[in-house]
Amino acid sequence: MQALTNRAKPVDRAPMTWVEKLYLWNILKGMLITLRHFFKRKATVKYPEQKRPFSPVFRGLHILNRDEQGRERCTACGLCAVACPAEAITMEAAERKKGEENLYREEKYAARYEINMLRCIFCGLCEEACPKDAIYLSETFAPANFQRQTFIYGKQDLLIPDPVKEPELYAKAVGERGKKN
Amino acid sequence: MTLLTIDWVLLTEKLLLVVAIVMISLVIAMYETYAERKVAAYIQDRIGPDRAGPFGILQPMADGLKLFMKEEIIPNTSNKLLFILGPCLAMLTAMMTSAVIPWGSALHFKMFGIDRMVTLQVADINIGILYIFGVVSLGVYGIMIGGWASNNKFSLLAALRGASQMISYELAMGLSLIALLMLTGSLSMKTIVEQQMTQGVWNIVYQPLGFLIFIVCAFAECNRTPFDLAEAENELNFGYHQEYSSMKLGFYLFAEYINMFISSAVMATLFFGGYDIPFFDEAAHIASWGATPVALLTGFVFLIKIAFFIFVFMWVRWTIPRFRYDQLMNLGWKNLIPLALVNMVITGALVLLKQNHWHF
Repeated sequence: MQALTNRAKPVDRAPMTWVEKLYLWNILKGMLITLRHFFKRKATVKYPEQKRPFSPVFRGLHILNRDEQGRERCTACGLCAVACPAEAITMEAAERKKGEENLYREEKYAARYEINMLRCIFCGLCEEACPKDAIYLSETFAPANFQRQTFIYGKQDLLIPDPVKEPELYAKAVGERGKKN
Repeated sequence: MTLLTIDWVLLTEKLLLVVAIVMISLVIAMYETYAERKVAAYIQDRIGPDRAGPFGILQPMADGLKLFMKEEIIPNTSNKLLFILGPCLAMLTAMMTSAVIPWGSALHFKMFGIDRMVTLQVADINIGILYIFGVVSLGVYGIMIGGWASNNKFSLLAALRGASQMISYELAMGLSLIALLMLTGSLSMKTIVEQQMTQGVWNIVYQPLGFLIFIVCAFAECNRTPFDLAEAENELNFGYHQEYSSMKLGFYLFAEYINMFISSAVMATLFFGGYDIPFFDEAAHIASWGATPVALLTGFVFLIKIAFFIFVFMWVRWTIPRFRYDQLMNLGWKNLIPLALVNMVITGALVLLKQNHWHF
């Protein structure tokens, strides 16, 4: 058979000589390799103190977005729930009352919006399905917890901080990704 | 009427020395576990335990505490007495070897009206090496009894492996040392060290092959990789101490590390000049500095040599995979023993020629 690369090496099946059977020379070579690794730079990242940056396409925890005036963008159309392959999203719609115009952007809004983070597969299809740019995946991931119940994230967990009232928190929540856009 | 006068000063001196040596070996064994983890990590491009205290130096305490807190389990079908005796024996034999090792030159002790030289050696017996061999071969019992008393097939298998391995490597070890003993003409550790000090040349120069055989056998005796078939985690489920838990398991693991410490000390003593400091005239400095600082310095140098050999033990462990059992036996019986015999014959011939005033 034609070799695909020129790196193929024939296997040496000659019986070992007496010196080779003592293994000493090869052991010495191996020990030099490990010694070299002993002084190499370590690959460890000391996690809680030191964090590796996420890739720009990382899909982490969901965030419910607000517009520039701090109004919730979600109109509870349910497209995200339909798009969700893991069926992790539940919502209940409500009609915007008079005087709530500063809270909700559209006339219909999500009174209840829950994502089960144990079901979610972080595929990002909800983000793609959303016509109102109301949900997107952030750069953090769901922290560990002891109770299953705590993994059902409600609106208070998902909503981004108000850009008017809490601009710093908002900027932090938007993160690196927001700056690029 | 006094039938027997007891030298109380000597007794207290030796007692203190024993306590000190036991404490030191325990602390060193503790930190060997830490060093092992660090060396393993560094060789594998990691940084190892670094959470408990600065650089993780409190890690051994945490590990020890964990072992103490664990539930003590004695299997129903085991032989209870032997089950408890096993780790005790392993620990005991590991500790006993340290009695004949000279840890440094003599301290000058002058206090409370007592003026004497304190040799940093528990017992300078004229059969030091034989004693070490005797105690080390008793170490097999710790493994055998542990494996047998557990009443577990795998433990017994591992114990058998360990015992036959230790017995076969003791042979080559003894033979390699016979060549050394022909050179030194003494079995006393102290004398061997003093000879190397006066010669100014360490025995490794005369006996490189003997040292090589000795170090390989030492790996086998301590059940360290590449000869850790008695433990063989992935085949035998931890080997002879599989049924052990809590501090009894801790004792077995500890005994292994103490063995490593002691065999490093023996290697340093026999082949690398013991507490001799290279390019340093001890006798002259004892005259000018006094005995005590020189003794402490020699002890420190000896510890450095030991530390180096311990590092070699770990370095080898994290480099070489385990031997297959037949390879192990082949290496022991068909390679090391003939090599040791050849070494012995050549050394013997050279010693004889030298005695007959040949010059070379």
